[in-house]
Amino acid sequence: MKLIFEKSVTGRRAVGTSPKDVPTTINIQKKLLRRRPAELPQLSELDIVRHFTELSRRNFGVDTNFYPLGSCTMKYNPKVTERIASYPGFTHLHPLLPQLRMGGMLTQGALQVIYETDLLLREITGMAGFTMQPMAGAHGELTGIMIAAAYHRDKGNKKTTVLIPDSGHGTNPASAAIAGYKVTSIPTDKNGVMDIEILKKSLNDEVAGLMLTCPNTLGLFNPHIKQICDLIHRVDGLAYYDGANLNAIVGKARPGDFGFDIVHLNLHKTFATPHGGGGPGAGPVGVTEKLLDFLPVSVVVKRSDGTYALEYDRPKSIGYIAPFYGNFLVILKAYVYILMLGKQGLERVAENAVLNANYIKEKLKDYYELPFDGICKHECVFSASKQLQENDIHAFDIAKALIDKGFHPPTVYFPTIVKESMMIEPTETESKETLDAFIDAMIEIAETAKKDPAKLKEAPITTPVSRPDETAAAKDLNIACL
Amino acid sequence: MPFIANTVEQQKQMLADIGLKKEDLFADIPKELIAHSFNVPKGLSEQQVRNHLAELAGKNSIDLTCFLGGGFYDHFIPAAVYSIISRSEFYTAYTPYQPELSQGTLQAIYEYQSAICRLTDMEAANASLYDGGTAMYEAMMMALRITRRNKVIIDDGVNPIYRVMIHSYTSNLNIRLEQTENTSGLCDRRQIVEKIDNDTAAIIVQNPNFFGCIDDFTDIAEAAHEKGALLIVSCYPISLGILKTPGAMGADIVTGEGQSLGMPMSFGGPYLGYMATRMKHVRKMPGRIVGQTKDRLGRRAFVLTLQAREQHIRRDKATSNICSNEALCALTALVYLSLLGKEGLKETAQLCADKASYAYQRLTAIPGVEPHFKAKWFFNEFVLDLPREAADVIAKLIEKGFAAGFPLSRYYKGMDNSILISVTEKRTKQEIGMLAEALESVL
Repeated sequence: MKLIFEKSVTGRRAVGTSPKDVPTTINIQKKLLRRRPAELPQLSELDIVRHFTELSRRNFGVDTNFYPLGSCTMKYNPKVTERIASYPGFTHLHPLLPQLRMGGMLTQGALQVIYETDLLLREITGMAGFTMQPMAGAHGELTGIMIAAAYHRDKGNKKTTVLIPDSGHGTNPASAAIAGYKVTSIPTDKNGVMDIEILKKSLNDEVAGLMLTCPNTLGLFNPHIKQICDLIHRVDGLAYYDGANLNAIVGKARPGDFGFDIVHLNLHKTFATPHGGGGPGAGPVGVTEKLLDFLPVSVVVKRSDGTYALEYDRPKSIGYIAPFYGNFLVILKAYVYILMLGKQGLERVAENAVLNANYIKEKLKDYYELPFDGICKHECVFSASKQLQENDIHAFDIAKALIDKGFHPPTVYFPTIVKESMMIEPTETESKETLDAFIDAMIEIAETAKKDPAKLKEAPITTPVSRPDETAAAKDLNIACL
Repeated sequence: MPFIANTVEQQKQMLADIGLKKEDLFADIPKELIAHSFNVPKGLSEQQVRNHLAELAGKNSIDLTCFLGGGFYDHFIPAAVYSIISRSEFYTAYTPYQPELSQGTLQAIYEYQSAICRLTDMEAANASLYDGGTAMYEAMMMALRITRRNKVIIDDGVNPIYRVMIHSYTSNLNIRLEQTENTSGLCDRRQIVEKIDNDTAAIIVQNPNFFGCIDDFTDIAEAAHEKGALLIVSCYPISLGILKTPGAMGADIVTGEGQSLGMPMSFGGPYLGYMATRMKHVRKMPGRIVGQTKDRLGRRAFVLTLQAREQHIRRDKATSNICSNEALCALTALVYLSLLGKEGLKETAQLCADKASYAYQRLTAIPGVEPHFKAKWFFNEFVLDLPREAADVIAKLIEKGFAAGFPLSRYYKGMDNSILISVTEKRTKQEIGMLAEALESVL
């Protein structure tokens, strides 16, 4: 398909600008101006609409079909939240308004959304207070670790190291390192959870904290989670909960009750805001009582007269981590989602997410190797090692074959602690009929792997392109059309 | 239950089918860890929730005529922008890890990267960062990695919100941040050159700067390069419709807030951090990058490339921790730039400048209202000194229906009477005239 720049026709226009209704009073000095206009496309509005419509047809979203990408919680994104997020009362609001004198009164509706989302997330997680500012999960991690660092500085602790299990998301060690900490990796034991004996040996006064997701990336709930948090507290470390997998326990159990001190949530996972092809997301961070003072500024508070205000005077705060109040429209969508589900609905979310994952696990375990059997939570992890050994078929090939059957593949090659891993997360919004169709497709692929493995190597054949040459992409780098 | 597919009957059937009871599903969670409290209110219907949110939206004042900027602007957005980005194949997709199913997102990002390069006159751009402030922080970290040095100089004319963000992010790191004063409206060359030493990784400047003044940083780029330091320029993308590009000035890394490219103000987000650099630094750049390649049959195809820099591969050695970015906002910017096109962006930028200079003439004609800086050239924002405290005047103008500007005293000492006024192409001659009358009446 042609690039939009390649379709350009000199002189063609789409949107016209309004006529100039003012006289020219100043001509900016020539040496401050660009020599030639930027070479942007010259196309009609219809050309542009067709270009992007064609691109959209070369894409696959949750609205297209089943998207069981493990660890990403690709649940349905309700249309009503999109509609509400387009209300002019929210989209036309300048973020600097509340920083003007008496300006807070001009944005009471928006401040109320932020304040009430904070209250709802406290109840859902068992934490004492949230910042809504982090603009993605990884941004939340960095914010959380900065809060931990501020806590240790305040107490005069000399801490250098953050502990992270080897099954953790890659963002965990990256966030800890960027915040200035050394990272120590803790291996997984034979039951698929962090090895508690090695954890005990790794604990010393240098440990600033532990970052953990629970259930972990194998979809397993760590039964020692409370003991682990207690162990971390014994060296005055902080226990950090990576909320990427909260969909497994929402409404059932709360990280605050496990003993975690800091929690980040991915609103674009558990709370159904769309992923947008890689963002925008939102990664609010919640903390316990002892860490409230360190939250970033500003904080939305409710005054005794019932009005909402932004509080900036917080001497122990880590400062500004975002220009304003976070990805507001994303927070708004999550707020709407929580209000619609309510207590009962949220309790059903985890139940159905977990049921769907266990259903797939049981139905496929005779066909693919299941490295850790037992009850899983919201996702299950298989290995293609049997197919690899017997027929030279990789997880990669199985993923590509699924595409030809109309499904988005699961996450492959993560978690890295399982060879040839395939991580399947169905979510609660998928029906039994969809799961059955996916299960049938996986079984068929397992059979084809035995009978006609060469066929799988060619997949996919139904897509606009098939298996791009990624090595060439990195070697002969072409990342812009100039 | 909303958004949960299976009926209670189906759930029972599925459980029976796999030989489990409902209580088995959470039997792995120790009993004492089952939630003690879960006081979320009862669910609302779609109609109820829409009524509730319409009421909250109504509590926000969006009818003020907006002369408020400060890096975040009220520009006109063509209808086709929203229409295109509302295609759910785009917005309900994840990061394009499976290229065969994601050519739409991937090609759009490649085109976005190209558009950013063409706009800034740079050679390589990434797929987006969260916002202009985090993009500036990432650029600083990138410069520290490239130069293996430890000091960064930042001009006072850089958006103060970004400067405080950078302070927060570096508080646990061993980095020397030095600020240079900006009293004339333009960077103080003498101060900057004096501060550049052999440990300086980068100088961070902004164009137009927070006061709206336009500069040419070519000499600063030369001074930086002479000592092996890099120049980071933060740029308001609409201004690049007419202004000299950071690429032409010799910048090494360019960042900025992309909100003005088709995104509504939305009370602070989602926005778009853009970043561009020279090809020689591309392997040190944070964030996702899309590259063009071929498929098995020789057809043009796009993939995420240079992933060895990223957190999912390199973990604690990665160039950044970023994973989710602002992909849909990058698409928005590309669609906006395509709809305006080569001529339209230039015209829009020129309209902003013309309307701002008209407003400047009208407002400085009011007795007691004076320009704050000697610097002559500005784009679509300028600073005026009022005969009274600016914050108070602004509050009075709100009552008259104007978000008249931003009081600089919030971030700058000794500027109690100074107001930053922004004018986009959306403001009409009539609105500017009404602002002038209203201002005169409250002084």
